[in-house]
Amino acid sequence: MPDRKRRLKILLLHAILLPTLLYVYSFFTLAPKTWTGVDEAVVEKVAKEHGREAKPPLVNTDQGDLLLFVFLAGGAVGGFVAGYFWRQLIGEKKGPKG
Amino acid sequence: MGLLVSLLLLLAAAPAHAMHISEGILPLDWAALWFVLAAPFVVAGVRQLNRLSHGDLSFKPLVGLMAAVVFIISCMPVPVPTAGTCSHPCGTGIAAILVGPLVSVVISTVALLIQALVMAHGGLSTLGADIVSMGVVGSFAGWGAFRALRSAGLGLGPAAFAAGVATDWATYLTTSFELASGIRGSEPLIPLVTKIVLAFVPTQLPLGLLEGAMTAGMVTLLARKRPDLLVKMKLMTIREVSGHA
Repeated sequence: MPDRKRRLKILLLHAILLPTLLYVYSFFTLAPKTWTGVDEAVVEKVAKEHGREAKPPLVNTDQGDLLLFVFLAGGAVGGFVAGYFWRQLIGEKKGPKG
Repeated sequence: MGLLVSLLLLLAAAPAHAMHISEGILPLDWAALWFVLAAPFVVAGVRQLNRLSHGDLSFKPLVGLMAAVVFIISCMPVPVPTAGTCSHPCGTGIAAILVGPLVSVVISTVALLIQALVMAHGGLSTLGADIVSMGVVGSFAGWGAFRALRSAGLGLGPAAFAAGVATDWATYLTTSFELASGIRGSEPLIPLVTKIVLAFVPTQLPLGLLEGAMTAGMVTLLARKRPDLLVKMKLMTIREVSGHA
């Protein structure tokens, strides 16, 4: 019976997916993980062992809402440039004058 | 279910920087060397971009879209439970498949430059090294794997999966080499490269597979929704499209 087969399929799917989800959830919540980036965990760690340390970035936007402002300014400038050069950007040819 | 998993990932996410080498890690002479190595690829990429967009007006918007995809993917922190760390895929595999490896180098350069300038995600002095690992090696490894497997008769999905995996692992192998060669001093090179590669393995092994799955997903979705695009980029033949339909 196709309906019975379908129900069995759904049951099997849940039997696999639910424990997997619980397993993943336990990894994310219970395990004592710090989730640091591998640049810190590997690159900077190995570099430090060899006497090289990361310097502060040349342009440090990690100050209050500065990053938001940078994105806003970038969006505004980018939007203006894209709008101003729209025809060249989409490849529209200039039609004959008059 | 997908939404729930995404929510879990977002809740567990932390700011992550991965293959990007931070400011000041590489000595100046090594940083300069990587710039010199990256430069010809970037120049050739810009020329290729101009040449292709001259003949096809829709190429530039596609490149713009791919640049946004690479920018987002290469700063998307993914927590890896097997390692307890975060890292990110590269995205250059899908870019190289769709627009070619040289244009993908230009896309990576733009993405990495913006990340270094406004997000402190990788340094400005180390930009050359980051372009070589993610842009040059990542793009060519992904594109090479895809083309080789397609020539061998493999389907779009499996070939794209291998391309994603090759992109990710090749990028991190190159980062290991760049880092080791810059910081080793008098220490032998190969053992240090091996040590860094092994340190990357718990995070990048599963993440490479994720990048493969992501690349395969994107390419197969395009094959279903926009097969004309894949035919135009010579990834599929018209016969294959009729076979799909």
